[in-house]
Amino acid sequence: MTIAQEKNPPVKLPNEPTITPQVVAEHGLAPDEYERLLKIMGRTPTMVELGIFSAMWSEHCSYKSSKVWLKKLPTSAPWVIQGPGENAGVIDIGDGQAAIFKMESHNHPSYIEPYQGAATGVGGILRDVFTMGARPVANLNALRFGDPSHPKTRHLVSGVVAGIGGYGNCMGIPTVGGETNFHAAYNGNILVNAMTVGIAPTDKIFYAAAAGVGNPMVYVGSKTGRDGIHGATMSSTEFNEDSESKRPTVQVGDPFVEKLLLEACLELMATDAIIAIQDMGAAGLTSSSFEMAAKGGLGLEMALDKVPMRETGMNPYELMLSESQERMLIVLKPGREDEARKIFEKWELDFAVIGHLTDTERMVLSWHGEIVGNIPIPPLVTEAPMYERPWTLTPLPPVLDTAKVPAPQDYKASLLALMGCPDLASKAWIWHQYDHLIMGNTAIRPQDGDAALVRVPQSTKALSHKGLAMTSDCTPRYVQAHPETGGRQAVAEAWRNITATGALPLAVTDNMNFGNPQKPEIMGQFAGAIMGMAEACKVLDFPVVSGNVSLYNETEGRPILPTPTIGAVGVIDDISKAVGSRLRTAGQALVLIGATEGWLGQSLYLRELCGREEGAPPPVDLAVERRNGDFVRGEIVGGRVAACHDLSDGGLLVTLAEMCLAGGTGATMKLPAGAGAPHAYLYGEDQGRYLIATDDGNALVAAAAAVGVPATLLGYTGGDSLAVESLLTLPLGELRTVHEAWLPTYMNSAA
Amino acid sequence: MKAAVLVFPGSNREGDVAQAIELVTGRRPTMVWHGDGDFEKVDLIVVPGGFSYGDYLRCGAMAAQSPVMAEVKKRAAQGVPVLGICNGFQIVTEAGLLPGTLMRNSHLKFVCADVHLKVETSQSLFTNRYQAGQVIKVPVAHAEGNYFADAETMKKLEDRGQIAFRYCSPEGAVDGSGNPNGSSSNIAGVFNETKTVLGLMPHPENAVEPMFGGTDGKGLFEGMVEALS
Repeated sequence: MTIAQEKNPPVKLPNEPTITPQVVAEHGLAPDEYERLLKIMGRTPTMVELGIFSAMWSEHCSYKSSKVWLKKLPTSAPWVIQGPGENAGVIDIGDGQAAIFKMESHNHPSYIEPYQGAATGVGGILRDVFTMGARPVANLNALRFGDPSHPKTRHLVSGVVAGIGGYGNCMGIPTVGGETNFHAAYNGNILVNAMTVGIAPTDKIFYAAAAGVGNPMVYVGSKTGRDGIHGATMSSTEFNEDSESKRPTVQVGDPFVEKLLLEACLELMATDAIIAIQDMGAAGLTSSSFEMAAKGGLGLEMALDKVPMRETGMNPYELMLSESQERMLIVLKPGREDEARKIFEKWELDFAVIGHLTDTERMVLSWHGEIVGNIPIPPLVTEAPMYERPWTLTPLPPVLDTAKVPAPQDYKASLLALMGCPDLASKAWIWHQYDHLIMGNTAIRPQDGDAALVRVPQSTKALSHKGLAMTSDCTPRYVQAHPETGGRQAVAEAWRNITATGALPLAVTDNMNFGNPQKPEIMGQFAGAIMGMAEACKVLDFPVVSGNVSLYNETEGRPILPTPTIGAVGVIDDISKAVGSRLRTAGQALVLIGATEGWLGQSLYLRELCGREEGAPPPVDLAVERRNGDFVRGEIVGGRVAACHDLSDGGLLVTLAEMCLAGGTGATMKLPAGAGAPHAYLYGEDQGRYLIATDDGNALVAAAAAVGVPATLLGYTGGDSLAVESLLTLPLGELRTVHEAWLPTYMNSAA
Repeated sequence: MKAAVLVFPGSNREGDVAQAIELVTGRRPTMVWHGDGDFEKVDLIVVPGGFSYGDYLRCGAMAAQSPVMAEVKKRAAQGVPVLGICNGFQIVTEAGLLPGTLMRNSHLKFVCADVHLKVETSQSLFTNRYQAGQVIKVPVAHAEGNYFADAETMKKLEDRGQIAFRYCSPEGAVDGSGNPNGSSSNIAGVFNETKTVLGLMPHPENAVEPMFGGTDGKGLFEGMVEALS
């Protein structure tokens, strides 16, 4: 390693604490990591320098435990414009347009302060997307809460939902989809994963790499306050009983300012004044400035006293580590400062030139003319700790013998129990608090399809309106039972969700939520999930283009269920050909696509009706998955499908019940010959399946047979009840009441 | 019909209403920045939805004081039609162009959902394409849509036929079942005395295309075109 000569060693500020082993430990740096720091610096760091290393080498910013594994994911395809490593992933959706998207967690802050934690999670992911030049067109979120009976759960649900709505609604971006689950494993660590999808012209995408020695570095947006200092470090440790005292590390958001920032940035981006732009997210000014300089292979001099400050008496340490929201860092072309300043002043935002680029590859920080920090940039990045932590794979549990799973005594009661259980009950109480219609482009609303479908503003080059299908999915109980199968399944189900609308799945953003990576069995869960995901992404041509890792989701040694949330985006060239899951017309045939063995291991039926969480999760045959999905998509785009829904949690009967409720039309089906045990056929969670309503069932079955896809005519739509011959008849009104009552009743009941 | 759509810091449904107007008229409305005290002569002024000034102080209160609203008040007094939707309804009531106020929803939460509205009169430039008593389906999206006015004002509104829309059930029953926010007398929209100013909480601009929420809101824009062209 060569270190450029340090010409200006920093001064120690008045009242600056002495660096002791305790101060180092409080910054989350292990002793060997501090040794590494000393070697790079060649001297004892100042407090601001120590703070910078602490943030940049935190798990949250450095991915030090996960990077070796993340490299195993496929990240390229001909339609990928930008894979992982930028603010968000970018894919080509044709006609000169790109979709820019990413999912990111805000788990730790949301548990400590649910409203602000969730709100700033949305704010952060929105910035990641519009930093790249995209106008956000949709938000999604994947939420996991603890057991509903846990005393904190209701408060957390209420705060998180209000926070997500409060931010997204004010920004004017529709929140169109997502998922919400409950499990006791999340009692002490909820998960809040937020995803944003935006659209930009392919020739107007903005990146973070700084260029041009001497060019001005500009700070825009909100002023910097003392909120969120060391948020990244907080998010990189386990929780304990003192965690709630960490509330000051949670940032406070202002969506109104972010809306102004969005409009101002897009206005500036319409000029050609920007060389590089980066939002200030985790570790604030530190990570944004280092990333921009490092990616450009340049140095940077910043006068921290020029940073707009919200409070008096702030010091360089606080300014570099604050995670105040709604801020951006921009490298402008020389001489364009006044033009840019005018735009930000019009939107009543702060604008300050705080530094300039140099060729020294050093970060030199000054405070009223005195140097307070001087760090060589390349080694901070390249010499960052990287761990191949020990890992132990979770063995595949024995396959559950279906014969040992009792059939329900009353099929009607069993279906009602499933449709009213916390994981399957209607989440309308949640999504009615999100503006899911603003922008006027929402074609498939929440609960009306497997994926949300949003119209893309028409490109002049296109003949029809394109639609973007988007979803988030994961089945944590499968991942817990066997991470490789669970990882494979999460990707396959996201792919299936997109396919079920008629859209072609294009790419993935992954949000890896796991426990403490220093435990070999947790690291093994991570490794296993990645192996499964990588395999599925390869076979399904479904590259990962962005993502986020959240580790240390443990409280007092109890980890969450491993939860690799898969966000995905697909495109349909003519949105008018897309379908949802609503049954709206009587007399249509119901056709099941895919083979059914009746797999009850790790099923919701087993958990909710038998009180057991055991067995191997359903296997995912990726070749079959692809074959079945490609067939279904072809039929939809060919106009031969009226409604389609993939089969997942709860199996066939739950899928049919959801389709009936969504469209307000009943259905009658019977078990086909050779179906085996009825409860296994109706509630089994075999993969790679879809339920389709079509005008001509025989034609669909014949078309499937011609390409070797299993297809079974099960029954017909119509009436006001859901009926399975000789097993149950359930009026839709009764089903709807049970399905829709659970969440509002739970939220309105006394704590 | 030449229309202007006002834009305040924090407006966010100005694009939706501009799109709806363009769909019906074939002509893009003029977007008018809040800081501009003056703007070209138009047949209709639209105050759109959003969170002007972040809803700080009180929804619509700050926007009502901005330079452009002084001009809007002047033109409204001259009889230029003004349509305030959602936050725009809040702004025009704060500006004194319409009676009453919009309070926090009775259930205290933001609500985004399709609602049913009973059209109270077809005798206005905004509602001439509908039949009195007709039920239409359009969405709402707000946290402060709970219409309130004192008893005397309410009586005047009723007596003078100033109520434009009421929330109702899908079958048209004006009762608690269809009221999404606790509004007095299920009021979703009101006129001024001359019926040249309309304020409403629901979003007809998000119900103008079959695949995107249906077309029940389109009549409002078509009616205005007919009356103002």
